[in-house]
Amino acid sequence: MAKRIDVKDLDIYYGDFKAVEGVSLTVEPRSVTAFIGPSGCGKSTVLRTLNRMHEVIPGGRVDGTISLDDQDLYASSMDPVAVRRTVGMVFQRPNPFPTMSIRDNVAAGLKLNGVKNKKQLDEVVEKSLKGANLWNEVKDRLDKPGAGLSGGQQQRLCIARAIAVDPQVLLMDEPCSALDPISTLAIEDLINELKSKYTVVIVTHNMQQAARVSDQTAFFNLKATGQPGRLVEVDDTQKIFSNPTEQATEDYISGRFG
Amino acid sequence: MSSITGHSVTDELPHDDGRPPLDADKAGTGRLGDRIFGGLATGSGIFVIALVTLVGVFLIAQAVPSLLNNNANFLTSREWVPSGTDPRFGIVDLLWATVVTSIIAMLIAVPLGVSVALFITQYAPSWLSRPAAALVDLLAAVPSIVYGFWGLKVAGDYFQPVAKFTDTVLGWLPFFEWGGRPSAKSTLAFAGIILAIMILPIVTAISREVFSQVPTAHKEGALALGATKWEMIRTAVLPFGKPGVISAAMLGLGRALGETLAVTLLLSALNPSAPFSFSIFGGGETFASRIANDAGEFDSPQKTGAYIAAGLVLFILTFIVNAAARVVIERRKAFTE
Ligand SMILES: Nc1ncnc2c1ncn2[C@@H]1O[C@H](COP(=O)(O)OP(=O)(O)O)[C@@H](O)[C@H]1O
Ligand SMILES: [Mg+2]
Repeated sequence: MAKRIDVKDLDIYYGDFKAVEGVSLTVEPRSVTAFIGPSGCGKSTVLRTLNRMHEVIPGGRVDGTISLDDQDLYASSMDPVAVRRTVGMVFQRPNPFPTMSIRDNVAAGLKLNGVKNKKQLDEVVEKSLKGANLWNEVKDRLDKPGAGLSGGQQQRLCIARAIAVDPQVLLMDEPCSALDPISTLAIEDLINELKSKYTVVIVTHNMQQAARVSDQTAFFNLKATGQPGRLVEVDDTQKIFSNPTEQATEDYISGRFG
Repeated sequence: MSSITGHSVTDELPHDDGRPPLDADKAGTGRLGDRIFGGLATGSGIFVIALVTLVGVFLIAQAVPSLLNNNANFLTSREWVPSGTDPRFGIVDLLWATVVTSIIAMLIAVPLGVSVALFITQYAPSWLSRPAAALVDLLAAVPSIVYGFWGLKVAGDYFQPVAKFTDTVLGWLPFFEWGGRPSAKSTLAFAGIILAIMILPIVTAISREVFSQVPTAHKEGALALGATKWEMIRTAVLPFGKPGVISAAMLGLGRALGETLAVTLLLSALNPSAPFSFSIFGGGETFASRIANDAGEFDSPQKTGAYIAAGLVLFILTFIVNAAARVVIERRKAFTE
């Protein structure tokens, strides 16, 4: 189910602008990896290459290899649509489809896969909403618009939508940055549960959050302003927060810059 | 914010916290410039309202006496003898021709306009989308007489075989019966096609506008679920744009209903004694083209009143369509905010 991600010598471009340079890292199955680092250092950019969402942006392209259990994601035979069905994504701002009910939001991905059977859809909707810890709050109003939920509920709805298609990896780009502390805790609890089934990669600005939820932490930084972002250090979260190898990491987590 | 008089809108920093903007009363300063412009604006508003009211009263005052003298039922009669000792006139034929040509125009222009808008906003590379959009907008700048003339002299001849073919295949249906027209370009079907080209720019421009406003977040949400481009358009773009497309269609319909010159040039009037036909390959006159055709012979108040009454029906029809479009647009605003 969950898969291992291998990134090697990854350079990422927006047109002629090289945004990220020389990233290599490995993410183990059923673990949570946190990306931390100052704004603009390329965390979101790297994350979006993991499900080929980067190339959706005009001019977006990559150099290097990313593989999922030895399967090259950027092989020419690889269909980006298939990659995105395997590697789900949750965005910074909750983005439920505004015209759809809660049920239809969760079922959207399945319907794209051609599932029409109502009973099967209902089962997956219930299972996914339970998986996202949202079922009890919405089970009586599944036909109400998803946009009517609170921000935290919307974000969990988006997580339910992402896990409904049974992905192997779940990417989250600052999933709590638009949420209040209570909703944030709910999502963090959820991430802890999700890692028993999925490989999770999460971008976060919040270092306590990285320390709380992740097994491994990757610290990104800019070499200098105007230079591409790069991966400074990746290691066990425990190690990064107690005894990092690089001075820059130490400075960042102790709040001396960034 | 202080409440000292003299504070104006420019004192306000822009806020994006959803607070309503200052209302006009509070922004007013009582200075001379404010009072002049305030007065001018109010005056213009009152003037326009008065003008519309006067026009309305005038038209109704002209139409009512004719309608009272009418010996046929205005709403259900096909006759059109608006003057003389026994005036008999009704709008059935006019309504039919107007509605049929407009519906044909809609059936063609809405799917086509939506497709063009989708192409421009979702598929075309950026170097192509601007010129393509400009080109479609240019269609709106072509005067309607030119469309009519072009239809008559150029496009009509190409329509002839198409119409004949449709008639051979589908002629057994009353809608496609050959109505004894000498040529296909004087039929309701062809007038509808020319109308479709004329309203295409409106439909395209408004659809383009709403499609380009679809938030990236929604589109990426669909793509991240593994939607193909077309599936993304179906899940994110079309539902978001639907109210806009509906209002675009209504505005286009409003224009098609009232279009005069091109339709007048193309359509050939029916022989008054001809039986009523459901065929789109029949001739006929729309409200607007009938008024334009006969404008030279408004010699008695009785006669003029009959035409004005027909014009009022067109006005009401167009008003309803435009009002419906407004309602949809308002609902969409409430929804996207
Ligand atoms: N759509 C885009 N087009 C061009 N440049 C972009 C785009 N998105 C991000 N960038 C640039 O890529 C770099 C990394 O951005 P990003 O990955 O968003 O950083 P982070 O998520 O770490 O804050 C920045 O210099 C940013 O300006
Ligand atoms: Mg980011």
